[in-house]
Amino acid sequence: MTQSVVVQVGQCGNQIGCCFWDLALREHAAVNQKGIYDEAIGSFFRNVDTRVVGDGSSISKGKICSLKARAVLIDMEEGVVNEILQGPLRDVFDSKQLITDISGSGNNWAVGHKVFGSLYREQILEKLRKSAEHCDCLQCFFILHSMGGGTGSGLGTFLLKVLEDEFPEVYRFVTSVYPSSEDDVITSPYNSLLAVKELNEHADCVLPIDNQSLFDIISKIDLVVNSGKLGPIVKPNSLVTSGGTAFKKQHKKPFDAMNNIVANLLLHLTSSARFEGSLNMDLNEISMNLVPFPQLHYLVSSLTPLYTLADVNIPPRRLDLMFSDAFSKDHQLIQADPKHSLYLACALMVRGNVQISDLRRNIERLKPSLQFVSWNQEGWKTSLCSVPPVGHSHSLLALANNTCVKPTFIELRERFMRLYKKKAHLHHYLQVEGMEESCFTEAVSSLSALIEEYDQLDATKSLPVEDVQRLSIAV
Amino acid sequence: MSIVTVQLGQCGNQIGFEVFNALFTDSQSSQGLCSKRENEAYQASCKERFFREEKGVPIARAVLVDMEPKVINHVLSKAAQSGQWKYSQHACFCQKQGSGNNWAYGYSVHGPKHEDSIMNLIQKEVEKCDSLNGFFIIMSIAGGTGSGLGAFLTQHLHDHYSNALKMNQIIWPYGTGEVIVQNYNSILTLSHLYRSSDALLIHENDTIHKICAKLMNIKQISFGDINQVLAHQLGSVFQPTYSVEGSFHYRRNPLGIDWQVRPPLPGLPPLGKMSQNREQHFNTSLANLVILRGKDVQNANLEGFKDPALYTSWLGPDEAFTVWKTQRAFSRYEKSAALVSNSQFFVKPLDTIVGKAWNMFASKAYVHQYTKFGIEEEGFLDSFTLLEQVVASYRNL
Repeated sequence: MTQSVVVQVGQCGNQIGCCFWDLALREHAAVNQKGIYDEAIGSFFRNVDTRVVGDGSSISKGKICSLKARAVLIDMEEGVVNEILQGPLRDVFDSKQLITDISGSGNNWAVGHKVFGSLYREQILEKLRKSAEHCDCLQCFFILHSMGGGTGSGLGTFLLKVLEDEFPEVYRFVTSVYPSSEDDVITSPYNSLLAVKELNEHADCVLPIDNQSLFDIISKIDLVVNSGKLGPIVKPNSLVTSGGTAFKKQHKKPFDAMNNIVANLLLHLTSSARFEGSLNMDLNEISMNLVPFPQLHYLVSSLTPLYTLADVNIPPRRLDLMFSDAFSKDHQLIQADPKHSLYLACALMVRGNVQISDLRRNIERLKPSLQFVSWNQEGWKTSLCSVPPVGHSHSLLALANNTCVKPTFIELRERFMRLYKKKAHLHHYLQVEGMEESCFTEAVSSLSALIEEYDQLDATKSLPVEDVQRLSIAV
Repeated sequence: MSIVTVQLGQCGNQIGFEVFNALFTDSQSSQGLCSKRENEAYQASCKERFFREEKGVPIARAVLVDMEPKVINHVLSKAAQSGQWKYSQHACFCQKQGSGNNWAYGYSVHGPKHEDSIMNLIQKEVEKCDSLNGFFIIMSIAGGTGSGLGAFLTQHLHDHYSNALKMNQIIWPYGTGEVIVQNYNSILTLSHLYRSSDALLIHENDTIHKICAKLMNIKQISFGDINQVLAHQLGSVFQPTYSVEGSFHYRRNPLGIDWQVRPPLPGLPPLGKMSQNREQHFNTSLANLVILRGKDVQNANLEGFKDPALYTSWLGPDEAFTVWKTQRAFSRYEKSAALVSNSQFFVKPLDTIVGKAWNMFASKAYVHQYTKFGIEEEGFLDSFTLLEQVVASYRNL
């Protein structure tokens, strides 16, 4: 079994990361009742004997002593990381796997990427190498960050190039939080655009997430929970939004609930690689099946269920509902409309007591309402993992490579152009060493090329599906 | 005469377990409907063929290969739990990182890297046979390990053990939705296996799924169910029978390519009625093998199979049709029959897969994932060409 390292960058990245580690511990605790360190836990955690002075030697078998997350925490301000280190998860993080500064990036991509990038390059490399050394088979780096700020966006994407050069065979999966259109950071379009170019060139797979979708999901859950329409009690552990605290308590931080959703996404993504099932799907299969052309690696994700009822014996009709939900906009983590756009590929990762016939029945049912590209009419990748998530009997994560991400990019380009034409705030960027106007124009070209590729695929949507002429053989 | 089974990838290992289980359970069954002496001979032959003994416990003559550990671990423990038979711990080869559904990775990276280790394991298992009949390689063609590494290994078995029969049990994926690049992986596998395998035994997931749904009325069909049906079919073909000469002997078909298994008909009806299952237009067969087990096998009416219209003009029923029989009932079915057929039946699925793969290839989608590991576009074209020739040859029968 392989290991993954999580690199959390910036405020958003670290807050999401914190939720992720909390949920991961809970999940493994629920599955691994005997407390034996096994390969599944090993994919995200090291088992360390803290009595030994120094690095804490890694123990590969036997009872769990002390678990250390395979993580690198990076932030150019101390606030968030300090809070994590003083919170309930402090022992999970290796104090040497942090890189912090005090001044912050000022919501400026250039500062994050160029200034802090060059300043901390060696340290970053060192921490990454250390993490990699602790793995006997490192398969994937998960990068958590936001696009709109300075650190996550700038330094986070600088990191991608470093990873590509230093660990070319290890996958780079990026979870990027995109700013909503009412974002209060004025320069977020600049930051996002400059970051997108890096993601285009150096990421293997990007899971874009936008705050608006997360917020909508939370609102809906709150509405349903508080309306009292649910007869039986909603199980507290079952909420995708809860980190174990009772759902009725007000969340201390407004983003906690939203971050938990993203954390759940990561858990589901890796569930089939960590746990057994009748049809396994490893992380390298995600990239293989969902990325038909190297540049088209943006995946729309949707997660169900978001909550469940106390009734555990769910008959097939409810199961089918789960599949329908996965294809409804309410469950998507990004604002987009895949049903009216073109699917290039789609993956369904199912957890729990679901069998191949349930999966097939639902694919047959949903297929007619979805449009697939002509050369991939049956483009489904499926996996069945027997271990359900905590508090649920089953769950489904759908990942779609769909042209519906195009409007997101077009809108980003428009917001960027509005600012750029006025040269608003541009001097903050240009005064950073290494930044020139060409950085901006190149980024726009990169994004435009991407939009153009999606355009070409969309153009094939209305054409009839014709079979390409086959080779003719003389017998 | 012994057979060494090589189980490859998730599919191969999951199925392999069910096959050994079915073989063992059937051989231990006391309801053989035959004399005690005959039952004992049957048991001994089955054991010799598929198992060996270590400290009184039957050990499957198998080598388990997968590029990631979860499935093999699961299968090993399931076998051990049965208390009846098990796999040898030392006959397993595992890696940490799978093949990522990438045929090129399985073939060009894992293959050469692990060739020595895996061939060594196989050699050890071969040495434990008094006389080796051949290899039974179980693999899927849609994924990365079974397909890519399977193609690589079959080639090497062909080179190293040129006198041994190599039969590949290949699992044809569901028409929709197992793996997106399944059509690429399938055509690459088939074209390579064509050059090195002696026989390809094909089972389609879709067909077995239908059997589970319609004939067996299973509501929620799992892969376990599917694999058990498959194992049952294979068991009914591989368990010992009398050959024409009257001794238990697993025979090699003289033509040797492309068998196809049809569902067995458990119990009644009498075999003469099997012709009702034929399609509207004639499906021409190169060769047919019928295996009958149980009560009244000597009296079975097989005239329907000897109709010359079923066969090609250049190979009539006298040469093309064979029947094997035994009175010993299989899996407690009073009467059972299996048909192994080398016919045009599989032209349609093959043609479909080649068509879909060709469509995808025309757009060049996913090709970069293969060229990354050394399979160039030419490799694809060679595969397409070979398979189009196969389709054309069968169509012209």
